[in-house]
Amino acid sequence: MSGTFVGMPAFPEAARGAVHNATLRANLRHATTTIRRKRAVAVAELSDWAELREAGKQIKDHTLRHLDRYLEQLEDAVTAAGGTVHWAADADEANRIVTGLVKATGETEVVKVKSMATQEIGLNEALEAAGIRAYETDLAELIVQLGDDRPSHILVPAIHRNRGEIRDIFRAEMTRWGRPAPDDLTDTPAELAEAARLHLREKFLRTKVGISGANFMVAETGTLVVVESEGNGRMCLTLPETLISVVGIEKTVPTWRDLEVFLQTLPRSSTAERMNPYTSMWTGTTDGDGPRAFHLVLLDNGRTDTLADAVGRQALRCIRCSACLNVCPVYERAGGHAYGSVYPGPIGAILSPQLRGTDSDIDASLPYASTLCGACYEVCPVAIDIPEVLVHLRERVAQGGQVTRAGTKVVLKPARGHAAERAAMRATRWALTHPGAVRAGQRLAARTRRFHPSRLPGPGKAWTATRDLPAVPPESFGDWWKRTNGGTRDERGGSR
Amino acid sequence: MRVALFITCVNDTLYPETGRAVVRLLTRLGVDVDHPLGQTCCGQAHYNTGYRHEAEPLARHFADVFGAYDAIVTPSGSCAAMVRELYPRMGERARAEGRGDTLARTLAPVVPKTYELTEFLVDVLGVTDVGAHYPHTVTYHPTCHGLRALGLGDRPRRLLEAVGGLELAELPGAEECCGFGGTFAVKNADVSAAMGTDKVMNAASTGASVLCAADNSCLMHLSGTMSRLSVGMRPVHIAEILASTREEPSA
Repeated sequence: MSGTFVGMPAFPEAARGAVHNATLRANLRHATTTIRRKRAVAVAELSDWAELREAGKQIKDHTLRHLDRYLEQLEDAVTAAGGTVHWAADADEANRIVTGLVKATGETEVVKVKSMATQEIGLNEALEAAGIRAYETDLAELIVQLGDDRPSHILVPAIHRNRGEIRDIFRAEMTRWGRPAPDDLTDTPAELAEAARLHLREKFLRTKVGISGANFMVAETGTLVVVESEGNGRMCLTLPETLISVVGIEKTVPTWRDLEVFLQTLPRSSTAERMNPYTSMWTGTTDGDGPRAFHLVLLDNGRTDTLADAVGRQALRCIRCSACLNVCPVYERAGGHAYGSVYPGPIGAILSPQLRGTDSDIDASLPYASTLCGACYEVCPVAIDIPEVLVHLRERVAQGGQVTRAGTKVVLKPARGHAAERAAMRATRWALTHPGAVRAGQRLAARTRRFHPSRLPGPGKAWTATRDLPAVPPESFGDWWKRTNGGTRDERGGSR
Repeated sequence: MRVALFITCVNDTLYPETGRAVVRLLTRLGVDVDHPLGQTCCGQAHYNTGYRHEAEPLARHFADVFGAYDAIVTPSGSCAAMVRELYPRMGERARAEGRGDTLARTLAPVVPKTYELTEFLVDVLGVTDVGAHYPHTVTYHPTCHGLRALGLGDRPRRLLEAVGGLELAELPGAEECCGFGGTFAVKNADVSAAMGTDKVMNAASTGASVLCAADNSCLMHLSGTMSRLSVGMRPVHIAEILASTREEPSA
């Protein structure tokens, strides 16, 4: 498996392998049901959860509505505190900026805090091409990196791996990256964590450049916030001489007071903890304490275009808690890799086709990777109506329409492969506004019912491969109603 | 009160016995129910597959057929949710697209008057014991749109608990989707089938002989899966259980 998502097949094909992989299904089922249950308990502890959810939604919506103003305020505050702000319109520009900053230090290796934004832009690959080695220090990201694998979950990127697989990866691969794992390593969690701790420790102490993302950026003071569970992030944020943070522009909040809401909803939604173990906050640089140089790279990469869409923009409220992944029955069976993006699950299905557009097979198929069961919306701590956005994006794929790309309004053509569906929808719409046509169709189906095949060819096979078709009754309800006058005349015509 | 039955296109074509059960049940409870023959489909399949503009004429047709009634009752949580949740949204979108208030105004009257069957029984008629008798072990699957979009809560459960002779078996993982999802069932057939199989195996593990739900479209998917898996259960719409009496038992 390679580390990138280029050339992914559409979701149904990508999911097929996972659905029939018993080990993967068991790993995912075990992990998601455990965390789902714990989250429900942690959320139920707060009597004001509904109010916190509404507050989070409103803070995010307000910030997004005035994002231009808050970003400039943030830039001023970061600069005043001794940091340097860079603006990156897309992934290439962000990678160029970060690579240039690392090269300017003369270093050839960096330690990384777990970060979705740097994965989104493929920073590790860009650094590698420039001769710079990036070490992932989050335990799960380390497992993914050592296994030459891809993350399959936002919060627990190695959720698809079990303990035995992790031990095998550590034993085989750690030696290529640094301190090897002990020969007698078992699959007990304590031993695995100790092997990772020793492996990472030498990197923390040696490496001069740290790279992070951020969960929040406070505009009023220019403070960045990283929340995490392991403490490895804090090592990377405090020990290196240079710190470079790559953060999506939608991570801005206006004031410290706003953090009060999210620091309650994020840990409970993501890890089911009342409070995450490590909350690191920093404002620019401080003499004699922490990194001497701080760079903030503000990443757009499709976010401003997404903001231009009145229905789709709510996806930018996301605080990356991954509660929607853990509760999603489709994610549980398809696994994270099928979504072809660092953002898997329901939130990925609405983020990727907006950030990347709907041109590729995978991005055009993601809006359909849901039964619209609504479980994701129910658990979302910032009330993103994911089903609403999914349906909106289905419309964009099937019908085309106006979107914003790189700041310019363009009109999309309907996606390939939907012509037959479009014709069917138009034909059924015509029939369903002509009740007589429906009746005629029903009667024809009833008269020919003995000849209906039990297995269908072509697209119908998708149903009959695993399911029997319902039998067509001899008489529709409407015909029964008419014949019996709503059941008041019995079968022989007498009154009831 | 003028009450209309919105049978839904799926029930009309494939599950007329559910419609007959609703008529029997409501008539027994003293409701004079009408079934306007011009009715067809709420447009949900079109809307949810991304064809909002094709769904609009169907929604207008629905409003036209049902607008004059005091209450519209439907034996489908999903179709009720379409009218109640998504018709207002369709009106809003039309307005946002600069097409004025016409659609919103046309659809507005039917929105608050549309009830899923168990809602109508519990909230409007104020009954939970409908005088039914159904001597079978039943497990209940709360379908997603009824559960989460309409917020049916424990209404179906209270109705079932009051049925004479009925033993209710707890369904493990009850709130998880069955995997039908309209066109999802064929667009993502592998995942859909895996979800359906898990739901059926959970239902079979209860030892119940009947899997009950308030949506025949979900039951169509589960029924088709059940017969392939030969689990020896049958799917029954809640209306048929509630219509069943000692004198006139449903199957």
